[in-house]
Amino acid sequence: MTSLLHPSEKSSAATERSYADHARPLWQRILITRESAVVVALVAVILYASATVPFFDRPITMTYLLLDVTPILLIALPMTLIIITGEIDLSVASTLALASVLFGVLYDAGMPITVAALLALLAGLVAGCLNGFLVTVVGLPSLAVTIGTLALFRGIAVGLLGTTAITDFPDAWTDWASDRIGGGDVPQVMIPFVVLAIAFIVLLHFTPFGRGIYAIGQNETAARFSGVKVVRTKMILFALAGLVSAAAGIYYTLRYGSSRGDNANGLELQVIAAVLLGGVSIFGGRGALPGVIAGVLLIGVIASALRLADYTADVINIVTGLLLVASVASPALLAWIGRRRRPRSAATTPGD
Amino acid sequence: MSLTFTRRGRVVPLAAAALSLSLAVSACGGDDSGDGGDGGGDGNLSVTFLPKNLGNPYFDASSTGGETAMDELGGEFKEVGPAEATPDSQVSFINTLTQQGVGAIAVSANDPEAICDALDEARDAGTYVVTFDSDTNPECRDVFVSQADAEGIATKQVELIAEQIGDEGQIAILSASANATNQNAWIELMEEDLAANHPNIELVEVAYGDDDDQTSFDKTAALLQTYPQLKGIVSPTTVGIAAAARYLSTSQYKGKVALTGLGTPDQMREYIKDGTVESFALWNPEELGYLTAYTSAALINGDITGEEGDTFEAGDLGDYEVGADGVVLLGDPTVFNADNIDDFNF
Repeated sequence: MTSLLHPSEKSSAATERSYADHARPLWQRILITRESAVVVALVAVILYASATVPFFDRPITMTYLLLDVTPILLIALPMTLIIITGEIDLSVASTLALASVLFGVLYDAGMPITVAALLALLAGLVAGCLNGFLVTVVGLPSLAVTIGTLALFRGIAVGLLGTTAITDFPDAWTDWASDRIGGGDVPQVMIPFVVLAIAFIVLLHFTPFGRGIYAIGQNETAARFSGVKVVRTKMILFALAGLVSAAAGIYYTLRYGSSRGDNANGLELQVIAAVLLGGVSIFGGRGALPGVIAGVLLIGVIASALRLADYTADVINIVTGLLLVASVASPALLAWIGRRRRPRSAATTPGD
Repeated sequence: MSLTFTRRGRVVPLAAAALSLSLAVSACGGDDSGDGGDGGGDGNLSVTFLPKNLGNPYFDASSTGGETAMDELGGEFKEVGPAEATPDSQVSFINTLTQQGVGAIAVSANDPEAICDALDEARDAGTYVVTFDSDTNPECRDVFVSQADAEGIATKQVELIAEQIGDEGQIAILSASANATNQNAWIELMEEDLAANHPNIELVEVAYGDDDDQTSFDKTAALLQTYPQLKGIVSPTTVGIAAAARYLSTSQYKGKVALTGLGTPDQMREYIKDGTVESFALWNPEELGYLTAYTSAALINGDITGEEGDTFEAGDLGDYEVGADGVVLLGDPTVFNADNIDDFNF
């Protein structure tokens, strides 16, 4: 018996973990997860900052915070799905800038603003499809492809506008980007975000398409043999990333009233950091959207609290960096601790 | 423009309501220390500098000046800023300062438009906004403290090169990129000044080093080979003048071809000491920060409102007057030479 059990136990870490997961009661499986750890951390930081940092407990803090993190929240949605398949998209911030510049240039050229926005979205979709094509059909690694398109899209964006900026957008549109729902404290851009977030949560967690995404991340070959359309799935995800990044680009342009080639420079790293902090495995196959949204908010809250406490940008970067390293390292650490503990439990089982 | 008006229109009744409320509260309780402090920054002598980015020697110098001024005035000085010079990160800091209710924000804008909404909110909350070094659109701030006007910068450089080559002979200009707005404006004014006041000086070429060290270095070499009679080079950019000085210092032209322009003392110190360069100019960022802090304090204390013709006193720098569009001009650039260069660190 033991000789039969042992090889199967060692053969795949994934199988082993899923047995362990289901061995626990349902309430434990729901409550004791990486996602809930992030939510708990978020609540803890908010409570601590409200008690110790002056001005943090004002509602306006939340307003500014949500306005600041909206582009990251938006792009984190498709990015989560892409990372769960084991791929990555580094070109999102460049796509954002490209859409921002196109939106500005087209509007400046006399096009109706709605048409300019739609064309910018289309450009984002095309950019995403280009990534998807190179990754799936040509079969190149997404890391290499999107490093390339990161430079390419940013280059086009900067090239189109140079060092100038387009700033005369209609007030109705720019006001919309920073107005609050019913004159309260919640920015109204949260409405489209919540709609989009629900759509992505349903897509990832409640559809066969979403199960396919996890299957690809766990084992692409096995997923293909069990009927998951790997190429189509990845293609759709990269296209979605392009489209959502472009939408974030239009929001960004309106929020700051400025269409510039260097808009959101380096934002891709903040998005990926938040996604990983939210419990998504960089190796694919694991993660959930509620955790990612909490991860984005956690980074935002920490930055906001540190700024209010008069810490410099460097301290904010160091703290976020440490947090990210800790969150990426913790699964490996826990696994290591688990391996050290296992021999004892394994030894007791046969004895029983 | 209309944006500002609608915003103001929406806010004025609110502010009025808040003011009457706080008046009512203070009339009843006789206590004015409550949250009504948001209503007006008057008397709150705290100024926060928000440079384009931190870790930049130029802005370190301007903040030093700002701190000195606030010490003299007995007010509170603070410096915050993003690690990278991007407008969106400045917006987050402006929002934070608005919440904290500082007396005045002194900002060097990374974008003339992108930080405007955030600055408007700060001003609605009673914070004064002063821009320095790099302005926003005029309707987004109370006063802009300008380091120097284009004419002053152009005339000073022509004056220096004319002095160094004896007011006659061929000169060339080594600029930044061909579409650099500042540099082009200065070059145009220099050409006018040369034609009008220095008929014996011939400007043979304007070369572009693209604010890249190696390109500027190569262009200097090319200029000297193309024009054997060249007597001087003017480089109105800190990258260009440093690269040109580095080329000259190791070449046969050292001490024979004059070089001047806009540079920072730290970059140019060794070339002043080894005799490659006699003198160059730049506004003094420390004085710029000092004047900015005094301007902010004058706004907080109600000495000025930012209207044209307002006057105020700025410590060691003397008296200043607010010009058109709410601009306060620092004055002529400082000239650096072997006698004074060791007094500066930026």
